[in-house]
Parts: sequence; C-alpha cells; structure tokens
Amino acid sequence: MNGAEILIDGLKKEGVDTIFGYPGGVVIPIFDVLYSCREIKFLLTRHEQGAVHAADGYARATGKVGVALVTSGPGATNTITGIATAKLDSSPIVVISGQVHTNNIGTDAFQETDMVGLTRSICKHNYLVKNILDLPHVLKEAFYIARSGRPGPVSIDLPVDVVTAKLKNYNYPDDIKLPGYKPVLRGNPMQVEKLARAINMAQKPLLYTGGGIVTAGTTEELRQLIDKTQIPVVVTLMGLGTVPYDHPCFLGMPGMHGRVAANKALMECDLLIAIGVRFDDRVTGPRHTFAPNATVAHIDIDPAEIGKNVRTHIPVVGNAKNVLEDLIEKVKPRVKNSWNERTEYWKEKYPLTYKKSKEEAISPQFVIERVNKFAGPETIVVTDVGQHQMWAALHYHHRQPRKFLSSGGLGTMGSGLPAAMGAALGKPENQVICISGDGGIQMNIQELATCAINRIPVKLIVINNFYLGMVRQWQDLFWDKRYSQVCLLRSPDCPDECHGPNENCPPHKYLPDLVKVAEANGLPGYRATSFSEVDEVLKKGLAHDGPVLMEFVVNRLENVFPMVSSGKPLSDIMMGE
Amino acid sequence: MAEKHTVIVTVLNSAGVLARVAGLLSQRGYNIESAIGAPTENPEIYKISLVVTESKEHIEQITKQLNKLVDTLKVVDISHKDNYIVREYIILKLDVTQKKRLEFFQLIKYFKANPIDIAPNHIILELSGNPRKIDRFIELMKPFGIKEFIRSGEFAMAEYQTPKKGEKNGN
Repeated sequence: MNGAEILIDGLKKEGVDTIFGYPGGVVIPIFDVLYSCREIKFLLTRHEQGAVHAADGYARATGKVGVALVTSGPGATNTITGIATAKLDSSPIVVISGQVHTNNIGTDAFQETDMVGLTRSICKHNYLVKNILDLPHVLKEAFYIARSGRPGPVSIDLPVDVVTAKLKNYNYPDDIKLPGYKPVLRGNPMQVEKLARAINMAQKPLLYTGGGIVTAGTTEELRQLIDKTQIPVVVTLMGLGTVPYDHPCFLGMPGMHGRVAANKALMECDLLIAIGVRFDDRVTGPRHTFAPNATVAHIDIDPAEIGKNVRTHIPVVGNAKNVLEDLIEKVKPRVKNSWNERTEYWKEKYPLTYKKSKEEAISPQFVIERVNKFAGPETIVVTDVGQHQMWAALHYHHRQPRKFLSSGGLGTMGSGLPAAMGAALGKPENQVICISGDGGIQMNIQELATCAINRIPVKLIVINNFYLGMVRQWQDLFWDKRYSQVCLLRSPDCPDECHGPNENCPPHKYLPDLVKVAEANGLPGYRATSFSEVDEVLKKGLAHDGPVLMEFVVNRLENVFPMVSSGKPLSDIMMGE
Repeated sequence: MAEKHTVIVTVLNSAGVLARVAGLLSQRGYNIESAIGAPTENPEIYKISLVVTESKEHIEQITKQLNKLVDTLKVVDISHKDNYIVREYIILKLDVTQKKRLEFFQLIKYFKANPIDIAPNHIILELSGNPRKIDRFIELMKPFGIKEFIRSGEFAMAEYQTPKKGEKNGN
C-alpha cells in the first residue's frame, strides 16, 4: 500500500466518517484514493479556514475527532486560525496537510511552509512524517492525543513522497507507545475527601463549571451533585447547556457579560468548586479581585490549569466524571439555606431584561427570545463571535450539552457558519441554527455555497446592525463614542467624525444585500426589519427544508448588558439604561 | 520574586524537541538564560538543562507546561535540591600583558584553569566547575583584560537517585 492508502485506511480504522477539506498539488495522491472511497464522506469547502472550523464544529457537536485535509503552503497556513480556535476551546481535531517532497524541504520550494513550526504553539501536538514507516503509528497517536486527556488539535504534515511511498506488511497498530503522555484520570482520593469535607462545612458554596463537563460527558453527574447538595451553580460559555436554564440552582453565565446573580455569587461565596474551567480573564476580571472570600477548589484534567490564574487551595487533578462520581458519594445531602435564598433573590431582582426600542427597529435580544419559541431541546445553536454571541449566550434557553457551540477562547469571527456546517453533518438528525452577525458572516460567507450545493440544512440567522457591534460598544462606553472603523455602511461620503447614525448618513443601502447573497448562493433569504416580521421570518425560515438565511435588521446602537468593564472586579456591574 | 532556577527536562529524542521546549517558554513570555541539550547514554533519550530567572509561581507553571509536552518524560527543578552536581564550562580569551603574566599564572593555577592557547597578545583558558566558581573566576580575571568568553550554560546530574513515583503528571 502507498502512504495515501495507509492514511485513508487509518482514518477508517479511527472511525472517521467525514473529512472536511480542499485539494491541491501535493495532496492529489490522497484525493485520488478518496475518489473511489465510499465509506468516508468528503466535504469540499470553499476555503481551508472553513474546513477546519467545520471539523471543529463536527467535533464539538458529536464529541468525535473532526478531520480536515488540505494542501501545503497556503492551504496549510489557511488552517491556522481554525487550529488555534480548536486549541483554545480544547476541541479534538486532526488536521492533515500536504508538504513538499522531503528533498525540497528547506529550499523555499513552491507552496512550502514550515507547518510544524507554524503550528507548534497552537497545537496539542504535531508531526512531520519524513518516513513512510512512521505513518501508521503517527496516525494512531494523533487520534489518541487529540481525543484523550484534555482534547485538542493535532497537526500531521505529510510530504508528497511519503504519500506516494510504498510500505510492505502494513498493519494499523493496536497499541500506542507514548511514554511521556499519560493523562491522569482518577482524582487523588485524599484530595476528593478534602473537597467533600470542605463542601460539607461551607456556608456559601458555589459551583463554577465549564467545558470540561461537556468533554468528560458528565452532565448527569453534575446535575446529581447539584440535586444532592443544592449548591448554586454558574456555568461558563463553554459549559452552557450542562445545567438547564430553568434549574432553580442555575445562576447563569458569569464574567464580563455574565448574569448579575452569577457575578455576585462569585464575589460572595466562601467555597468555590471549579470544575473543568480555566479561570479565563473574561470570567474572573482582575485575578486578585476574584472570589475574594472563597476557598478555591479546582478539578481539572490538565494539571497546568491548576493555580495558573488563581490561587487554588484544594487542587484535584483528574477526569471530571471520575471525580464527580467519587464526590457525589462523599458529600452529605444539603438543604437550601439562606445562601440559596440570597442567590435566588439576586436572580429575581436582576432578571435578564432589555429596553425594547421605541421605534420599530428590532431589539436583537428579542430575536433570540423568539428563537426559543421555535427551537427544540435537540436543536444545536452555533454562534459566531461578537454581540450576537453574548445575546445568544444570555437569552437562549440552554437545555442540553453539545447544543450550544461557540468560539470562546479565541473569539474567532467567521467561525460560526462553517462550524454549523460541520455540526449539521455530524448530527444530521438535529436541527442546526447558526446565529451570526453582519461582521462575522462576511468572514466566511463563501461557505453559503457549500451549504447550498451539498444541501446542508443550516438555518442561518444574521443579526444585522451594520456595525462591528462589540467594538462599537467599547468605543461607545470607553472611547467617547469615537466610532473608528466599525460602521459597515461607512463610505467616502461620510463625515470624518461620526458618533452614530444621524441625518448625515448617506442613503441607506444593503451592502452586501444578504438576501440577494443568499439567493445568489442558491438558498432562500428572508429579511425582517420590524418587530412584527420577526416571527413570520423565523417560522418561514425554520420550516424550510434546506439551508436558509434569515436577516434581522436590528437597533443599531444596542449594547450587551450586563457588563463589567475590562480591568474592573465582577462586583462593578453596568446594567445599561 | 524572581530567582534563578535550573530545570532539567528529560525528553524523547524526537525531531524538533529542543525547538518545542524552547518555543514553549518563549510562547508564554519566559526568558531562557541558558539552554543546553544533548543525547544521553540512551540515544532515544535527550536531556535539556534550562536556566530561567522567574518567580516561584512562574517556575511552577513552566514545569507543568513542560510536563504537558507529549515528548516529555520528566521535569525536575533542581534549584533547591542538594543532591545534584551542577557544572558549567567556560572558555576565556584574555589580553594579559607580559608584566602581569606571573601573577596571572599563579591565580589560574589556584583555580585549576587550563591554558589552551598562549600567544604574545592573548591567552585562552578553559575552566569547568560549579557555576558560582565560574562567576568568581570571571570577576578575578577582569583586571587582566577579558577579550571575550563563552559559557556552556549549566548542566547537572543527580548524585544518587531514589526513583520517585508520580514525578510526571501527564496531561
């Protein structure tokens, strides 16, 4: 067998059913094998970045390893943003890139880039396979590393001569020899015991949980722990869905755009039980101000996360599922106390509200609220990055894990549509709604054609305020409304200085006209410009069989609240008007 | 408070492993004072000695991150361990005038430094030893006129090793 055949055979052995990618010179031998391969579906995206985000979306929706295949040089460099996105959110993907002939490596050959060097700091691990003898075990290791421990992206760079080289006596290996890689699974029993004792003693305990719960597949155990102990819980962007939005102990998402109850609880708790989270600065604010009264317990499979950002008193290294199982046995049942009452009071006193705009311009939050009416518990919502992402995180009714997919750590604009595409292929039985903004959608808009031609039924919602809204919001609140380069309608006819829409604005145009863009790409496009049209467009769009674009032209100056300014403690919450 | 630490990283001798280790430190904003890497008695195993000046918290983070590398077998911060022999090697080129040479040779004899090239206008010396001895030697050589020197960076070996379980945490 040659290298290309071994590669495809290895992918089959790893259970890969879909590859996302784009061909090119040095990978033609691989595509030649795919030409007659019926077991693996190949999705030809319109850009390599789209392929990697799609593989990532597939991985997040299914929990399986997503696979992308691209050529060398520009094909390889176009994967970088997608790989970094997967790294920051611990999403398991394997990215296979072509490479020039081993004899030409280092000569600045046509379409040569140092992929191993480029991806070193954004991968969990990477390989340059220089000898066909190494290919089988590299494949086996790559998938194992991507999916085990704290998952992450693995890159495999394959020179064209390795792909065409022949190997006699090929066998896909059964074992993995990685003496330096042994993820710890079971938490140290003494530490778990210590944590259980701390929980039993605490007056104001608080759970702070995140993506690690989703990765470990331990939603059930988390809910059991909450039911047994009645401990209030805050859930990060990456963990949304693990605790149902209407659970009495659920205080919402914490952090910069967190719910007031969640942030107040973090500032007041006396025991913080962090599970599968990494104390991101968007959650904690300035580290020295975070959870000032709390004993901090941190359960994580990655020992390097413990104590990285916030001092930890009870560290537990291990898989969240194993640790939670042990913990549930050891904690005493707890009844609600005055602390629970206090958190429930905050929830009631500071509900998620927004001021409905007086004009007909739609409030963006209203669109998300209406999506709740049409989406079911099985619906997968994928967002892009920006204001709409935060509105979706706050206002969407999260019910299940792996049903809300969003680029959290890297904050990658343009990731939404391709990730939704990957989720839809991974979970064909689930409805997939992609919520994007007018900025983000234009960063990978070419994938509309991919959706249309492959009949991938992504229901795309674009919240259009004609602004790069999140940056405009910061300029509004902290930069004197100096709206520098955030208006997507800005033209040479505009005055030099602009502090928002006014009578001097050039005649209103849809540019691009997203409805026409949708139609040009072979899918229907609908637009709502007033409150009364919202339901009608959602109903029509979501009932449509294939992919569809629904544009909601919203109040241009709406801001995301609550908000804690950058550099301020979580107690310093702006509520908006 | 920043303090000098010597960290010994034992890794698999795989392609680019030195770049991985060095890259990891620079990626997270840590400066490497010195790094030496070479294969060991087992050609599959490679040892890297790093010297970094960082706070205790940062050193902890560095060792944890180094442990996470798939190729890492073991990471030990030997700074506060007394059972390690730490050595460094230096070559110096000096501009010693004829009239100072007598005094010079008496001094280097005391340090057991080895002259390897003696010419009319310069002398080249080598010396190995504990890094503190090297530091002191450089100070004492300054008045004779140092033209240049090159230090190997620190490397170390345990005097006796009692194998510890759980040194490597894995990912």
